[in-house]
Amino acid sequence: MPAATKNVPDAQGRFGEFGRRFVPETLMHALEELTAEYERAKTDPEFQRELADLYKHYVGRPSPLYFAERLTEYAGGAKIYFKREDLNLTGAHKINNTLGQVLLTKRMGKTRVIAETGAGQHGVATATACARFGLPCVVYMGEEDVRRQKLNVFIMRMMGAEVRPVTSGSRTLRDAINEAMRDWMASVEDTHYILGSVVGPHPFPMIVRDFQAVIGNECRQQCLDQLGRLPDEVIACVGGGSNSAGIFYPFIEDRTVALTGVEAGGRGPNPGDHASPLSYGVKGILHGSYSYVLQDADGQTLDVHSISAGLDYPGVGPEHSYWKDTGRVTYTAMEDDAALATYQIVARQEGILPAIESSHAVAQAIENAKKRSPSDVIVVCLSGRGDKDVYEVARLTGQDI
Amino acid sequence: MLIVHSADRVELTPNTAKVFPRTLPDCGPTFRTHSMAADVPTRIAQTFADLRSARKMAFMPFVTAGDPDMPTTGALIRELASRGVDLIEVGFPYSDPIADGPVIQSSYTRALQKKLTVPQIFHEIASLDTANLPPLVAMVSYAIIFRIGTERFIKQAQDAGFAGFIIPDLPGDEAAEMHALVTGAGLDLIQLVAPTTPRERVQQIVQHCSGFVYCIAVAGTTGARDTLAAPLVEQLTWLKQETQLPLAVGFGLSKPEQLAPIQGLADGAIVGSAIVRHLEACTQPGAKLADVMQRVGEYAATMVTAAHRA
Repeated sequence: MPAATKNVPDAQGRFGEFGRRFVPETLMHALEELTAEYERAKTDPEFQRELADLYKHYVGRPSPLYFAERLTEYAGGAKIYFKREDLNLTGAHKINNTLGQVLLTKRMGKTRVIAETGAGQHGVATATACARFGLPCVVYMGEEDVRRQKLNVFIMRMMGAEVRPVTSGSRTLRDAINEAMRDWMASVEDTHYILGSVVGPHPFPMIVRDFQAVIGNECRQQCLDQLGRLPDEVIACVGGGSNSAGIFYPFIEDRTVALTGVEAGGRGPNPGDHASPLSYGVKGILHGSYSYVLQDADGQTLDVHSISAGLDYPGVGPEHSYWKDTGRVTYTAMEDDAALATYQIVARQEGILPAIESSHAVAQAIENAKKRSPSDVIVVCLSGRGDKDVYEVARLTGQDI
Repeated sequence: MLIVHSADRVELTPNTAKVFPRTLPDCGPTFRTHSMAADVPTRIAQTFADLRSARKMAFMPFVTAGDPDMPTTGALIRELASRGVDLIEVGFPYSDPIADGPVIQSSYTRALQKKLTVPQIFHEIASLDTANLPPLVAMVSYAIIFRIGTERFIKQAQDAGFAGFIIPDLPGDEAAEMHALVTGAGLDLIQLVAPTTPRERVQQIVQHCSGFVYCIAVAGTTGARDTLAAPLVEQLTWLKQETQLPLAVGFGLSKPEQLAPIQGLADGAIVGSAIVRHLEACTQPGAKLADVMQRVGEYAATMVTAAHRA
């Protein structure tokens, strides 16, 4: 197999063999329209200027590249740096994508936005971007997640978004995506669907990766500026895979930089106990895309589990499947216990509460740092902050809030 | 138009399709090539040809496989056949059916909660003497077909007695390979055209379509609607200029009077949710299967009468 290239996807939306479009015909025209509009926006200096301006003055970019000195001492090996996406407006990387897609919504003349959300981070980022531009916004969220993530539901409503609980299927993120796609099928003439990860039919995996690539582009330049060289390894957590795609993509052709994606290992490798399609899944179709997925022998999607609602998804972006099969990225799985322990370690060593999602990546970084020399550099994408997780962490550690 | 291939297997009666053999062994292995298959009317093509010459519209009900269980699905198919329906669409329950509205989603969920599997569906259908039933069309997600293996799935479906496939998440652009395999097996791959489909996309779609074109009446998911949009009539009119294939309308249909505006324009009408809703009744305490069967049968009969009205 040829080495991975940045020059994907092709016009059919293929990353190697993965990706493409497996959606009802009702959506095909909207996807073609979005592809064409995005191609125009990408080369439009005014669009790029407006987005860069929002990133700088509204989101607070560039996010810092921070040397986690005490965590490095704790691990006892390679130097660990954090790319601080937790410092963005809304507290996570999701805003990078939603602002780009809201600008696309305006360009297409569409007047309504819908989105899905799991933990609520993408829902909050979409509600934020819609409030900023005065667009009505409906967020689909599994009933189970609405219960687990009350804080984010409240924030979305404060920003004027309507949160619609989804009661079908497993009542989590994958059902929220189903419901958002159903809404879109009936509203496609005036509505844009802001998908929150690098999943779904072409062009979504490409668009979301490109908007999130601001993380990797900044990070790569910050490494050169602050360290005088590229890092030895970049580590990020992978649910659908947007923060990881965003930080990995600019490094894909830097062959000396090891890239490691960390999936949610849950309670262990048995079906239903984890959310790790790249580690334990098969090639298949889910939500309009061909990628690794957790399915039974009939192609029915399997239930998943993770301590982290943001990684609790049975599929993964097609570009990650391409990176896995080309060997460019190494994928591992970190279990709930490790993420929970790391959440507390980072708090005590660094005074930073990492999102429970990001804690999976930091757990892997600590493990990998131990095996490396002190002159090596590992960058971890700290994709979000962990305030939203305090109730769950308190419950799991037997504490009261 | 009726194409006669050999006198011993075609009776020139309106019911020809119902006795047309599913496989044509005397044609030899070359029958399975693409070009040959195009010359032999499939069971679905034959059904529409017969109805066209009789100036009738096809009525095609949808049933969910395995709701409430496969033996009931088999009995329901026989009941619908006895009421004179022209084709029957059999829905394969899928965990993430994005094209379906709440009624069919719930039906799929009920079936999957009882651990229904694809081999169980094929097993029951194979026991039905499908050669003497209206053509059965499998409505099945590409997620299922891909997982089982495209060629293996087609072979198993054909052996069970299915005449064709509707794959709602395999749009025309992605369907070239599937179309070649399905038509190569002498079956049909039906494609969908949506209200949002621009006319310039239609050739891309119909080039990988056979049997009939499934015209989606309303943007959105499956499910009964009170009114059908006027743009549907307009779309059917230009679609007839784009393709010779029969046009069957589905999504949103439930009542006999909804057929009048598309009479003469559409070759068939498809009803799903209105039938599946009757199956929900099976979940009620004290529900009698015979009553449900009776209600579905009577409903199908009124739709057949409306569709066959010249």
